[in-house]
Amino acid sequence: MLREALLVARKDLRVEWRSKVTLGHVAPLALLILVVFAFAFDANARLLELGAGGLYWVAVLFGGTLLIQRAFDVETEDGNFDAFRMSAIGAPSLFLGKSLGIFLQVVVLELVLVPGIALLYNVRIENWVLLLSAAVGGTLAFSVCGVLWGAMAAGLRVRATLLPLLLVPVLAPILLAGSRAFETALGVRAEAGWTWTSLMFVIAAVHTAIGLGTFGFLLEEG
Amino acid sequence: MSTVVNFDKVVAVAGGFPVLAGLDLEIVKGEIVHLRGSNGAGKTSFMRVCAGLIPVSGGYANVLGFDMRDDRRSPRRHIGLLGHDNHLYKDLWVREHVEFRAAAIGADAGDAGAALRRLGLPDRLWSVPIERLSAGQRRRVAIASMLVGRPQLWLLDEPHAALDHEGRELLDEILVEAASSGATVVFASHERDLSKSVATRVVTLQGGRLLEDSGAA
Amino acid sequence: MTQALGNRHMTATPTTRVLGAVALVAVLLMALLGLVVSPADAVQGQAVRMLYLHVPSIWIAYGAFVLTSLSSALFLVRSRRRHDGGRHYDRLAGSAAEVGVIFTGITLATGMLWGRVTWGTYWQWDARLTTTVLLFVTYLGYLALRRLPADPMTRGRRAAVMALISFVNVPIVHYSVDWWRTLHQKASLSVGRRPEITGEMYWTLLYSTLAVTIVAIWLIVHRYRVIRLEEMRDEEALEALIASRLKEDDVQA
Repeated sequence: MLREALLVARKDLRVEWRSKVTLGHVAPLALLILVVFAFAFDANARLLELGAGGLYWVAVLFGGTLLIQRAFDVETEDGNFDAFRMSAIGAPSLFLGKSLGIFLQVVVLELVLVPGIALLYNVRIENWVLLLSAAVGGTLAFSVCGVLWGAMAAGLRVRATLLPLLLVPVLAPILLAGSRAFETALGVRAEAGWTWTSLMFVIAAVHTAIGLGTFGFLLEEG
Repeated sequence: MSTVVNFDKVVAVAGGFPVLAGLDLEIVKGEIVHLRGSNGAGKTSFMRVCAGLIPVSGGYANVLGFDMRDDRRSPRRHIGLLGHDNHLYKDLWVREHVEFRAAAIGADAGDAGAALRRLGLPDRLWSVPIERLSAGQRRRVAIASMLVGRPQLWLLDEPHAALDHEGRELLDEILVEAASSGATVVFASHERDLSKSVATRVVTLQGGRLLEDSGAA
Repeated sequence: MTQALGNRHMTATPTTRVLGAVALVAVLLMALLGLVVSPADAVQGQAVRMLYLHVPSIWIAYGAFVLTSLSSALFLVRSRRRHDGGRHYDRLAGSAAEVGVIFTGITLATGMLWGRVTWGTYWQWDARLTTTVLLFVTYLGYLALRRLPADPMTRGRRAAVMALISFVNVPIVHYSVDWWRTLHQKASLSVGRRPEITGEMYWTLLYSTLAVTIVAIWLIVHRYRVIRLEEMRDEEALEALIASRLKEDDVQA
């Protein structure tokens, strides 16, 4: 199963590498969102500094949702889901592979966004370990949830508008936890950063377990 | 002589519509069946039921020894299905795509090169992104992706459509080769000439049922 | 539940007529108790009466959610065994969700009104309200998913998976939002203390919960039957289509 998952992930990453959507479109857009927040908050330095943790995650989740949409568009475009159904790759492997692909793409996105908030919002990173752990935990949770819900909305004509609606209640805890953990890591607030980080890992683990069990149902039609 | 497909009064429903309404058809190993019928006759649906993608609501259907009412997933890895779509990843290089398809079906990635050559796609095209190919070349890549998996049952929906004359001849050769090496081929097409050139049997569907059958070879 | 559906034009049966009558009486009694008989709160005055509707509504909101999730799980299990199996569970999941979303809405509305009277604002970022909003959005998403055109089994399966994932997600949301707000409790003083419920108020609340539950059950039963009738109509249309396809070939041949 792991071998098949890696096969899928490698394929997704290669598609990404050839089309350069993450680096070319989504990362600049996410950076732009950080800039736009400054407009919204009237460039109030104190506000931006306090809100940096949350704003970062809003940008990540927004960009990430676009990447999820794309990951499924690539499959539905030319009837590729049929090809998966006919292949020897099981639904759980497809789930893991896609999640891994998204995880790595969002990590690339975040590699741009972390310097982004450091620069634009003038924050100092006090606790690197916490920051990185929180980033990994949140990204993991997002990737797994995103792929699971993306599959639910895949192939539907209204998926572009439906997916965000479905995702919001699911992403809310991740946004909450990620923002609080980041705020602690940035020294803005003294919250229980590690507890929030562990929550994100728990969310990731729970959704991975559910995804492995239910992806088969989602892949089937009829 | 082993039966590859055995449909007995099969009823199948898709999207609330009875796409197959009592189809009786038996296909044995080694046949090359030309499936004909007007639009909506059930050609595509028949193939999708054989592939296990549409469930059987009534009657009895057996494909490659599997009862499709109980288990429609197991036969899939032995079946090659080529629909109207090409199932291609447009951003990938030709070679990368076919290698992925090979690995996905459990075949050796090295077979990709042989399959591409068989479809008349020269080495220089292998590092070209699929989106830069013409429609005919893409169709050939799609067929190569199927060939590399060496399926026991070939299900092709209008495979000759985008191909040029040379491509069609190549495809016909490949289908005959496949049948003589133990596979079974079913292809749907509106073109009449194919019956004479490559098919061993012509089956016409209408309204989700069998209309005419030139008989088993 | 549906064997009694001999009459195609109404979803009422003797059982539900009785249930409906009981529900009506129960609600009238609840209004009487809530508005007249039970005392006003020492601190909050008449505003506390809102709780007799608010609290039972939360209970139904979550109860219906659990029912939807349970039915969805059973539907998925049954649909594995027979390709057309478990449809009644799917119907139940859908009916319960519709009733659930209504009561979640009522919870929010009454909560906001109560807040306006006691806190002075319609909205507070406290744990309960926030979690309820997210539950509401979850319901909306689920119902939106159910509305999408598809073959009933596919649609049912997709919705069922969503219900199950949401079943796990809602407690996660609840926990994280709760924890988030308790951390901020130290900062703000007026998060809206729930009043002490004793004596007559306690019994009124308990009774109201019972009354609202009866109403909810009545609603779910009828919604279920309407869905069943809709499906029966679609099935008959399908049978007619199959029959006409069989006939047209015989005529031609």
